[in-house]
Amino acid sequence: MANKSRLHIPKPTARPGDEPDFSYLDLSPAGSVDKPPVASRTRDIEYLSSGLVRVLDEEHHAVGPWNPTLDPSALQVAMRWMMLNRVFDQRMWQIQRQGRISFYMEAAGEEAVSIAQGMALRPGDMCFPSYRNQGLYMYRGMNLVDMMCQCLSNTRDMCKGRQLPIMYHSKEGNVFSISGNLATQYPHAVGWAMASAIKGEDHIAASWVGDGSTAEADFHHALTFAAVYQAPVILNVVNNQWAISTFQGTAGGERRAFAARGLGLGIPGIRVDGNDLLAIYAVTVWAADRARRGGGPTLIELVTYRGGAHSTSDDPTKYRPKDEWAAFPLGDPIERLKNHLIVEGHWSEDKHEALNEELKAEVMAAWKEAQQYGTMTEGPFLDPSTMFDDVYAEPPKRLESQRRRMLDLEKNGGGI
Amino acid sequence: MAQMNMIEAIRSAMDVVMDKDPNVIVLGQDVGYFGGVFRCTDGLLRKYGDHRVIDAPIAEGGIVGAAIGMGLNGLRPVAEIQFADYIYPGFDQVVSELARIRYRSCGEFWSPVTIRTPCGGGIRGGQTHSQSPEAIFTHVSGIKTVMPSNPYDAKGLLIASIESDDPIIFFEPKRIYNGPFDGDPEKPAVSWASHPKGEVPEGYYTVPIGKAEIVRPGDELTIVTYGTLVHVAAAAAEAVGVDAEVIDVRSLSPLDADTLIESVKKTGRCLIAHEATRFGGYGAELSATLQRECFYYLEAPIRRVGGWDTPYPHAFEWQYFPGKKRLAAGIRKVMETAA
Repeated sequence: MANKSRLHIPKPTARPGDEPDFSYLDLSPAGSVDKPPVASRTRDIEYLSSGLVRVLDEEHHAVGPWNPTLDPSALQVAMRWMMLNRVFDQRMWQIQRQGRISFYMEAAGEEAVSIAQGMALRPGDMCFPSYRNQGLYMYRGMNLVDMMCQCLSNTRDMCKGRQLPIMYHSKEGNVFSISGNLATQYPHAVGWAMASAIKGEDHIAASWVGDGSTAEADFHHALTFAAVYQAPVILNVVNNQWAISTFQGTAGGERRAFAARGLGLGIPGIRVDGNDLLAIYAVTVWAADRARRGGGPTLIELVTYRGGAHSTSDDPTKYRPKDEWAAFPLGDPIERLKNHLIVEGHWSEDKHEALNEELKAEVMAAWKEAQQYGTMTEGPFLDPSTMFDDVYAEPPKRLESQRRRMLDLEKNGGGI
Repeated sequence: MAQMNMIEAIRSAMDVVMDKDPNVIVLGQDVGYFGGVFRCTDGLLRKYGDHRVIDAPIAEGGIVGAAIGMGLNGLRPVAEIQFADYIYPGFDQVVSELARIRYRSCGEFWSPVTIRTPCGGGIRGGQTHSQSPEAIFTHVSGIKTVMPSNPYDAKGLLIASIESDDPIIFFEPKRIYNGPFDGDPEKPAVSWASHPKGEVPEGYYTVPIGKAEIVRPGDELTIVTYGTLVHVAAAAAEAVGVDAEVIDVRSLSPLDADTLIESVKKTGRCLIAHEATRFGGYGAELSATLQRECFYYLEAPIRRVGGWDTPYPHAFEWQYFPGKKRLAAGIRKVMETAA
């Protein structure tokens, strides 16, 4: 310690040109973290927030007490969803680069989060996602054409051109509408879960934020309310190491894991390998079971890596080493599940490649179909006067008169 | 018909709706066991239980955020923010979420939250217990903003607000909770018992959102106002001896512009009065609308009287508050310009 106060400005271990360095990540060997009964007291299971729950070991076997022993067929299905998520993202990224949509965000490297947790929750459970959870919408039944039409803001856009690409919503699938304001969905999930308990239902809620957004007040509001009322909710922090250009230390992750954020409130935290589909599935089932049995909230930190740029508007080579993802010690969730299935004799490189091609074709076919409903440059176009719809259930008169004025101006063409 | 002050009327509104609809719940700081710092929720916990009348942590962002989530899951939450001055930590949840959810999901998701919050000065509250931030909310599309000026309207408008599928910010002018106030703090307090609008039905009724009320008909001048100043304006017009038509806007958004326009066309003169700071205030919107619609009927410029553009000072409350004297001066100005 020095004899005067000084500021600590968090700095990542590697910037462009440096060797990637993940020595700061605390890792536990697969199978080494005990699995407690769901009824455990928070104080007795604090170790879950500092260890790292992992099921897949270095030889790609599923080991330890958290192994959910899922059927190979279920894992193959999970594999398909993760691969579809990635293939879809890759295609949409290219489409944005061609100038055919305005913006995109990919989930590369984080696909296991949405798919494993989607599998672990029940259809009646409500999801309050963040912007990299497109896999949840897919898993819960949103078709690719609808997702593409949203990104195109075309005549079939579920958002009628009101939202940035990727800000989907699905009432039918119980996945809430994505907001551009970060962490605002966290208290919604808690309130939704409280209502479920008030009504005597056994549905739970789940929400997701990134490591960066844990700094938002809404994160803390949500944890407080969840803890105070023991709301049946799972609060997830997807720690992908980067919040645009600031690393997880800037959000306060250097000294204590994000999973430990709830301990002071008595909320158990589980730190899980976010690239290990089996481990994520297992901890989510544990937390859901606890919530459904009146055990209250669980905070899950999913340790993963943002494999791509923050968004199409971002260039990560400006602030982190180019090859950082390849050096990430928890690897790639798709590769890891693939290797596991191959080792267990339920998959092969050939099958993997064939499935990848099949998914590419499926995505291409969806893109062809989506464009029929209009693109940014070619019709059919959305009627702009729909911008006045849905502002209110009972709209004030002024909106109708503004709609009429806008339509008159449109009719009169380009003249001033 | 019962005699009620505004607190009792507001409590009765929640009681009537909670009795009728099990999905209506109340949450906020001190609203449960204690019954609210202004007593508006007194007795509701005993009657409806702790799963429907919920004491909340001191986190306005959490109160609004959780209420939104409850509303998304089929409840009809009435959230109390203890003072309007405390609403700002919940502002992002109001503006970016509550007001926008229906729009951004094209009607798939919506949350019918009513936020009740006491506003205005005149109770020695200083700058953190006296503000009137209504204009900040009327500026936001997707929410509605209401401010009653008497017990009858308070109950009817609150029932209409809770039953509305649109989110509502329901401002309660706390200076007139216990009785009408003519703007003279030296006079003894008056109770609602002597006021016709202190007569309140015990059962269910609504006052429609989006309707202004002419509280005092007149021919020489229109005074457009709301909240506490409705009573001050009527007293000031009386004092000046002008036959003023006093209109209580009641519903700031949506605005019943027609009633205002018709009156100003008739009188040719208009004074707008509110307690909130004047610059960028809600009166500016009223003034712009009325001058556009009534320009050729006007015999004098429309004037505004508001709080000074300072924070609400504790020791100089009555110099800050736009009381009878300031309103009378405003009335004279508008009348003076007559040729």
